[in-house]
Amino acid sequence: MFAIELDRVTIARAGHTVLAHVNVAIHAGEFIGVFGSNGAGKTTLLQAILGLLRPSTGTIKVLGVAPARGNPAAGYLPQQRVSVSDLRLSGWDFVASALHGERWGLPLTGRAGRLDVNRAIATVDAETLASRPLCELSGGELQRLLLAQALIGKPTLLLLDEPLLSLDPRFQQATVALVKRIQQAERITVLFTAHELNPLLDAMDRVLYLGQGRAALGTVDEVMRSDVLSRLYGSTIDVLRVDGRLLVVSAQGLAETDAHRHHA
Amino acid sequence: MLEYDFMRTAFIAGGLVAIIAGSVGFFLVLRNLTFAGHALSHVGFAGATGSVLMGTSPLWGLLAFTLAAAVAMGLLGDRLRGRDVAVGIVLSLALGFGVLFLYLYSTHATQATAILFGNVLGVDLETLRDLCMLTGVSLGALAFISRPLLFATLAPELAEAKGVSLWLVSVLFLVVVAVAVAEAAQVVGVLLVFALMVGPAATSLRLTSHIGLAIGAAVLLALAETWLGIALAYITDWPTSFWIALLSCTAYFLSLTRRAKLVARG
Repeated sequence: MFAIELDRVTIARAGHTVLAHVNVAIHAGEFIGVFGSNGAGKTTLLQAILGLLRPSTGTIKVLGVAPARGNPAAGYLPQQRVSVSDLRLSGWDFVASALHGERWGLPLTGRAGRLDVNRAIATVDAETLASRPLCELSGGELQRLLLAQALIGKPTLLLLDEPLLSLDPRFQQATVALVKRIQQAERITVLFTAHELNPLLDAMDRVLYLGQGRAALGTVDEVMRSDVLSRLYGSTIDVLRVDGRLLVVSAQGLAETDAHRHHA
Repeated sequence: MLEYDFMRTAFIAGGLVAIIAGSVGFFLVLRNLTFAGHALSHVGFAGATGSVLMGTSPLWGLLAFTLAAAVAMGLLGDRLRGRDVAVGIVLSLALGFGVLFLYLYSTHATQATAILFGNVLGVDLETLRDLCMLTGVSLGALAFISRPLLFATLAPELAEAKGVSLWLVSVLFLVVVAVAVAEAAQVVGVLLVFALMVGPAATSLRLTSHIGLAIGAAVLLALAETWLGIALAYITDWPTSFWIALLSCTAYFLSLTRRAKLVARG
């Protein structure tokens, strides 16, 4: 059984086809880096796996069953995050709000719940952040709490949407290393979307590259090749190796893999 | 002062309103919806004056209008974002209708003042009974939705993925806000609802970073400000709403200076 399986999946958003007849099979315990330009369908893919979007054709299976909202096996770090940076609430309370937050009633944690929250916070090394108010935390520190929130309930599948966005390179490396450590220690499947490939080179088991509604899945050497990416984009793409890093170059210049380096 | 019936009634009514205003206010501030509370109270003005015109209790007219407006706001949801002008024009229309209803009702001056600025010393036993019931029901409703409400407020995208209906939680919360606004208007009037609902909650969120303590502090602050306001009004003969607004404002700005001191200390 695959952790995630997409069989000829087509998904449209607002009348525009984002993914077309995509086949993907991801094994349990794999660390998959998901790449592609803006609008290539990275977020769409994650939302479909979470059951927030339905494919118009084809089938998706998550741990053998159809995706459904409220899947306790799936942890999620969304890209669009509510601005909590002006709140004085403690990091602990912020993480704990995700503890069975879908149930009605008072937000009481209970002993088992407190242990679960503490475990999630310890997993991301955020013990010192737990007692501090959110408004005093840096972007990287808040990121760790969001990761802890995604780990509440011990998911076996972790969907991370652009966790490196707006982090400086030092925090990017730390975040990737942290996720890698969690993936190996807890034996969970990770889908990690990013604009830039290089920070994830050492951590990924395989690459999922999205473009023009299509998908290419394989090892870095299998996917990050001129012929594969050229076919995906429908135009000439070169992949350069410089100093152990990959640069993706299109006819128009450096493609998205490098475009964000200027902003980093 | 407790030897008078109307003072005892005022203290009980003020207490009931403070409990719901403080706790609802906490979530209102957390969700950045303080303007919605303000808007609902203005819509309520038309309801209150309308029911005076029809000879029924202003509380129920107020409640009917705030509830209708709350459901409408909840249904429109995100589409209201950035529509400040449209919302503002609808609000002024509501106030306009309120004025019209007052004009049509001949002895309008005292009623208008009571609705706009509150008259907790004039609460009768029937209203007290209604307030008691409304506080009970809305506190129960708030407790029932508080867990998904907190989740949906702090992490909406994750909450949605985990099966929380953001839309349902939002509408239910606005309904509770509508009840709280209608109640608060009985004490401080529709124009000063902010003082009782937003002031204590905003202050408590600056004093503690723990959710449970913050809700408790918001309720205690609202209680203290209301009861102290009523007592000061009795002693000075100045309006209760003035004292409550002054206390609410003072507490908030004192909490700001405490924060500034903490920052200065590093």
